Amino acid sequence: MDKIISILSNIRPEFDFTTSKDFISDGFIDSFDLVTFVAALDKEFGIKIKGTEIVPENFCNLKAIAALLKKHGAEV
Amino acid sequence: MKFKYRNKKITGVLSVVPKNFKTFDEEMENYQADKARTKRLKLVMGYDRHHMVEDGVTVSDMSVFGMNYLFDNGLLKKEDISALVLVTESPDYFLPPTSNVVQGRLELSTDVLCIDINQGCCGYIVGLMEAFALLEQEDMKKIVLINADILSRKASKEDRNSYPLAGDAISVTIVENSSDESLIQGEIKMDGTRHEVLMIPAGGFKMPSTPETAVVREDSYGNRRSLDNLVMQGREVFHFVQTEVPPLIEGLFERIGVLKSDIDWYLFHQPNKFMVEKLAEELDVPYEKMPSNIVTNFGNPSGVTIPLNISFNISKRLLDETFKVCFAGFGVGLTWGAIVMNIGNVDFNELIEF
Repeated sequence: MDKIISILSNIRPEFDFTTSKDFISDGFIDSFDLVTFVAALDKEFGIKIKGTEIVPENFCNLKAIAALLKKHGAEV
Repeated sequence: MKFKYRNKKITGVLSVVPKNFKTFDEEMENYQADKARTKRLKLVMGYDRHHMVEDGVTVSDMSVFGMNYLFDNGLLKKEDISALVLVTESPDYFLPPTSNVVQGRLELSTDVLCIDINQGCCGYIVGLMEAFALLEQEDMKKIVLINADILSRKASKEDRNSYPLAGDAISVTIVENSSDESLIQGEIKMDGTRHEVLMIPAGGFKMPSTPETAVVREDSYGNRRSLDNLVMQGREVFHFVQTEVPPLIEGLFERIGVLKSDIDWYLFHQPNKFMVEKLAEELDVPYEKMPSNIVTNFGNPSGVTIPLNISFNISKRLLDETFKVCFAGFGVGLTWGAIVMNIGNVDFNELIEF
């Protein structure tokens, strides 16, 4: 989980991602940040997140992101 | 719509890009987001430079320039042209059709049929379909398919959604009958219920341009544009492409009995590098078979990205070799479609500057 938080904080250092329950509606990440975040996750975890999976519900909080990564066999 | 043609071929491709270009780094100050975020976006999306026309240059200017290059270099004769199909979303006028303007400026025969088609990112697929269909008539010689767009003039410089990828270009593709029996097969779909996802809201009869439509407003992401500008709902466009394009292509391959490994080149429309790479991953196609470098080197000139892909990435190899290719376009309308065909041993395949 620390790795996910680290990647998110690298993209938007001004926010505390451990406190938000919905990164999208809280305005922590916009659609461009999401693209940057997905590219970073692909690289850091050695996975390929599908284009159809890049939807807000898979990235709204740490739990959702961890679930997506686990689906791709990543150790979170 | 499913379609197929026989005894047709592409015999030449010329792509023309403006000399003038700007780099993403030069324009970074225009955007509201901080530099670090914008730089990361540059790497992921593949933004680097985009070629754009100078003020006052029109689609007919660039088209006439390209056609004269072909005439002057002995690559095309005026008397061999049966029809001029021009696909654009940035016409010189509401009326007359820009194809008629081009015909007149080139002093082509009055027997040359001129057709404008309003299509964008899928414009190469739609244009080829029209060209192939016209060749079914008797005594047809060569169909000149011009794809042309200068939409940079409609993108707001302060809109990080659309301006970094806006690019201008035209292409001329020569299509003619052939003794080659190989089938050209494809499929195209359209969904007008989502037409607002990519649009220029003002300037037509529905919402004429006025001082009010020219007022620049900021959206919730800090992008600034007016109703006279191109607006692209990025997230919706991305989701549309990822959900609709792969099934269409896989369904087409299954129907016509083509394996993914049979295709030498996947020449797709290129809105940005990330989107193309995600399509390659979804289709399980190697990145090297599906180039994603057009937006990096030229920007996204709408329906011209596929022919520009041919000219830039296959280049002179197309003069002596033949490849099985899958063309795919997707965008405004919404429209998405693909064609599988052989292309090769062409008379010319060049990229020049305007």
